[in-house]
Amino acid sequence: MSLLHLLVLSPFLFAILVPFLYRYVRKVHTGWFVLILPLALFIYFLQFIKLTSSGEEVVRTFEWIPSLDINFTLHVDGLGLLFALLITGIGSLVTLYSIYYLSKDKEALHNFYVYLLLFMGAMLGVVLSDNLIVLYTFWEITSLSSFLLIGYWYKREKSRYGAQKSMLITVFGGLALLGGIILLYMMTGTFSIREIIANLDLLKGEALLLPALILVLLGAFTKSAQFPFHIWLPDAMEAPTPVSAYLHSATMVKAGIYLVARLSPVFSDHAAWFILISIFGISTLFWGSFSAVKQTDLKGILAFSTVSQLGMIMSLLGVGSASLHYDYLENNIFIVAVTAAIFHLINHATFKGSLFMVAGIVDHETGTRDIRKLGGLMGIMPVTFTIALIGSFSMAGIPPFNGFLSKEMFLTGMVNVLKMDIYHLETWGILLPVIAWVASVFTFVYSMILFFRTFTGKLQLEKLEKKPHEAPVGMLISPVILASLAVIFGFFPNILSSTLIIPAMKSILPTIAQSGREFDVEIKHWHGFTPELFMTIGIIVIGTILFLTVRKWSFIYERFPQKLALNHFYDQGLVGTERGSAWIMKSFMSGHIRDYLVYIFVFLSIISLSSLFVTNAFHLDVTNVAPIGVYEIILSLLAVGGAIITVLARTRMVAIIAAGVVGYTISLFFVIFRAPDLALTQLVVETISVALFLLCFFHLPEITKKQKRLRFRLLNLLVSIGVGFVVTMFGIASHSEKLFPSISKYFVEESYEKAGGKNIVNVILVDFRGFDTLFEITVLGIAAFGIFAIVKLRLTKRSEREHEGK
Amino acid sequence: MKVNDLILKTATNVVSFIIITFSIYLFFTGHYTPGGGFIGGLMTSGGLLLLLLAYDLETVQSIIPFDFKKVIATGLLLALGTGIGGLFFDKPFLTHTYGYFDLPFFGEDTALATATLFDLGVYLVVVGITMTIIQTIGESE
Repeated sequence: MSLLHLLVLSPFLFAILVPFLYRYVRKVHTGWFVLILPLALFIYFLQFIKLTSSGEEVVRTFEWIPSLDINFTLHVDGLGLLFALLITGIGSLVTLYSIYYLSKDKEALHNFYVYLLLFMGAMLGVVLSDNLIVLYTFWEITSLSSFLLIGYWYKREKSRYGAQKSMLITVFGGLALLGGIILLYMMTGTFSIREIIANLDLLKGEALLLPALILVLLGAFTKSAQFPFHIWLPDAMEAPTPVSAYLHSATMVKAGIYLVARLSPVFSDHAAWFILISIFGISTLFWGSFSAVKQTDLKGILAFSTVSQLGMIMSLLGVGSASLHYDYLENNIFIVAVTAAIFHLINHATFKGSLFMVAGIVDHETGTRDIRKLGGLMGIMPVTFTIALIGSFSMAGIPPFNGFLSKEMFLTGMVNVLKMDIYHLETWGILLPVIAWVASVFTFVYSMILFFRTFTGKLQLEKLEKKPHEAPVGMLISPVILASLAVIFGFFPNILSSTLIIPAMKSILPTIAQSGREFDVEIKHWHGFTPELFMTIGIIVIGTILFLTVRKWSFIYERFPQKLALNHFYDQGLVGTERGSAWIMKSFMSGHIRDYLVYIFVFLSIISLSSLFVTNAFHLDVTNVAPIGVYEIILSLLAVGGAIITVLARTRMVAIIAAGVVGYTISLFFVIFRAPDLALTQLVVETISVALFLLCFFHLPEITKKQKRLRFRLLNLLVSIGVGFVVTMFGIASHSEKLFPSISKYFVEESYEKAGGKNIVNVILVDFRGFDTLFEITVLGIAAFGIFAIVKLRLTKRSEREHEGK
Repeated sequence: MKVNDLILKTATNVVSFIIITFSIYLFFTGHYTPGGGFIGGLMTSGGLLLLLLAYDLETVQSIIPFDFKKVIATGLLLALGTGIGGLFFDKPFLTHTYGYFDLPFFGEDTALATATLFDLGVYLVVVGITMTIIQTIGESE
């Protein structure tokens, strides 16, 4: 186990300490101890930049279950490092923020930081694992810890609802991912991502490739809140704001993005990869930005905005996967889409993290997040105002912030789709840039709503729960850092290009990297008069108009039928599933033993009969049949008569006696078939059981003692005839088909020689097969003790009841 | 109404002993002719049952002061013990042996088999369970 392994697992190890620190060091906010860890990890991971930017990778293996090809292999390359830096960097900032956000005295901090550390470790594991099963393990831990974090205020109904919803959706996707992983293993014979990518030939023409692709994408889409699985993200906003900032803007929701980026070398040859990711990404982008405009809750806006931005990154990755098809192009125009995806990934983490923290500050200092109650905070909260300005303008894509650059590149990538001639893109490809542009307009509108409704306008002091004032310095440190990063990356984007973006691109596009071509990533503010520039101008102009007139056209949201909302489908689906399964269970689990017997007998008959005829096992052979004598006929008639009377009897007494007749007839059968031991035993046992029947009869309670005739039921008749038929068929068939000679000869010959007895039955019972007898008498003993216990315990209970009654 | 069942009791006194004797006969001849522990046990409890019918539970309990649950346990231990006995002679579990002995009372060439001990276990269990069941249900009201 190398240092790297220990560091990836260190959040888990540290999580063990947190409750002790919380318990014994009450004076210091537990967050201060926690803060050390992500900070140290961040600094440690920074060292790798030098390594990855020179194109090297670090691989460390720790054998976990080598016999199943499951090894804890860590693999640090450009893409993994980028995510690791995001996780630890934003993790540190979020921890710092949470120290001031969560009260030391009121909150269960030990829970919070344990969950947060679990999450951090799991995310690091996801992005650095090379083994798909290990990746899946960490993937599920992120689902679990995010469930715990969303339900942190578990006494609130909405928290529990949101936590359950996110759990159901992400675990559904996680299981689909597991299916995809297993399919990949079946095709390639390895769980290692690097080996799969190195042996891509194995996947060529495999029929399982498409199912594997779809299952992996299901996992990625549910985790990254892509349409239509985005519905859990807005409800996850019930979590504490640091959690929303960390999980639902910067890290967990990007796990799906990571997965798509990581596995795109594997799948991007397949047309479905490009089509599915682009379509789902672009529709998520549109739907998220469209829905964000109608939100009135700050975090609601941010949630839908996150959904929309994730869709944007996803669609960029989809378009970028086309770059493999245009290998021959000298200046591969689709590589720019991958660049944009990575660049925007970083940008989104900076501005969205800061905006979430702003929303948290506003909530913390005013007591509400409702934009209808907020307004005019600009003068009261100047620092928060500045951060929000940078964040929302960057999100809207306004120069000079970093969002502008990535939006430009995004539009470039989308416009480039028009130059494609595969997958019939020349016809429907135009949709991509158009939708992207419309969505960007909406992005502009909600960014402006978010900013102006909160900080400008009239201050509505009477609606606020607290008297607003600027947040404490500690709370402002993290958003200030993130906002300044947004500005720095806006002005000097190229500090990222060689350090982070190019190594990450090499991981996403390994074939192009191997061909020796250098990625030319020069992010410039000024591209000249390109179509993208005019599109951006259009976005700003139309967006401003729409923002100013938002009250006039927002009625379209009310027109949108509630019944078509995805949440409605989810809720109804959940209720419907519960009702449906309850209905199914009720429909056959009637609680009546009679019904269950009918199921058992019907299945027995159908399965046995069909197997008898499918295997063609039935045939009738009368060569071995002994002649039938007159006694047999008489006894058979007696037994049949007794059985018929038992069934048709009007009173219980008659049925008991008729059953006794059958029993005694059987002992007579034993007599004429020369089985004296059996005859004796049958005689005595029958007598005792008839006596017990009579006893039961005598003790039947008075109330239900109706001498009712057995009711006739056609179904029962059919089932019993069926069972009788099956048993008869099997009897005849097995008699006619004697495959081996009987072993009874041995007993006849050896019983006196070996066991010193002449009664073969008895010798078999006590000597040859005494083992069976030993346990048969044990059964009898258990039965006797059982009866004793039932009768006696009931008596003591009754006496107790009487005692209590008095 | 008080019933004078003198005839029943007198007949029972005679008949039950015949039944029990017959059951012991059945038990001992089991290895050679029909019979054995199971049927012998059932027959013995039949004789005891007759006593129960003629007298009442307390009387029979005072005549035969056994706890029949312990009889079951004894029978099971006996059966298990004969099985384990084989292990001491380096033989598999439940290996029986037999031999012919000259005994003073039973005459020459009397066959003695360990299987009979096993059968005795069966006998005791069967007597024990029938009597336990009948006594339990009889007492239960």
